[in-house]
Amino acid sequence: MEHMGSLYTAALRMTRNPSDAEDLVQETYLKAYRGFGGFQEGTNLKAWLYRILTNTFINTYRSKKRRPEETELDDLENLYMYKRLAGAEGAAAGRSAEDEVLDHITETEVKEAIEALPEQFRMAVLLGDVEGFSYKEIAEILDIPIGTVMSRLHRGRKALQKRLYEFGRQRGLVPEGSPHG
Amino acid sequence: MDDRCYEAVEQLYFYLDGELTFERRVVIAQHLADCPPCGDAFEFEAELRIVIAQRCRERVPEGLRARVYESLRRLDQPPSQPE
Repeated sequence: MEHMGSLYTAALRMTRNPSDAEDLVQETYLKAYRGFGGFQEGTNLKAWLYRILTNTFINTYRSKKRRPEETELDDLENLYMYKRLAGAEGAAAGRSAEDEVLDHITETEVKEAIEALPEQFRMAVLLGDVEGFSYKEIAEILDIPIGTVMSRLHRGRKALQKRLYEFGRQRGLVPEGSPHG
Repeated sequence: MDDRCYEAVEQLYFYLDGELTFERRVVIAQHLADCPPCGDAFEFEAELRIVIAQRCRERVPEGLRARVYESLRRLDQPPSQPE
């Protein structure tokens, strides 16, 4: 059960509720254990577990709540955060705003920013940036085309940066009058 | 910013995700070495990604591991026969 920490992290970010996350992890292991006969030698065990986890989430937990239509996200520019921070001084004298932000973003802010992403983008970001799966693996886990993976992952990341940048401003890590405001 | 900078920024994520062909990867890596502003920007993106991945980790809750073991163990047991 070496993957349980990762699976629980993803489960909690998806369900946003610790008790549902525990149930989701347990259900995932039960399904994996029962279905182990269908596991293909040579395939990636971790990816296979994530596939079960995301399918279970989609089929069980998501259907509990009525969800709005799939939300779209604007496609923000690449380097969204960097472009707004570069050249600005951070809150501590003599430090760059980039270093301030990297050092002082809190766990709570990162978790909140991820959980604020619309679901399909959140899953892509969790699988890509938190778990380090390749585009191809994410496509297989979520059963979507690779082009869709790229679009969701890239847009999701930029939206995440925007949120983290706003947290940084609220906390004064980034000066209010920073260049691109 | 010249064309090479635009091209690098355009391919930022493919590069950081390790999803470029070897040839394209080499071209971008060379540009990043030659162009400090692009090098800094890419470095920030790479570090931010590490920060995000590290700061959203959860500890497995007390009892979950045992609960999962127990439910798997029960699967292995034959259903109990009524007396």
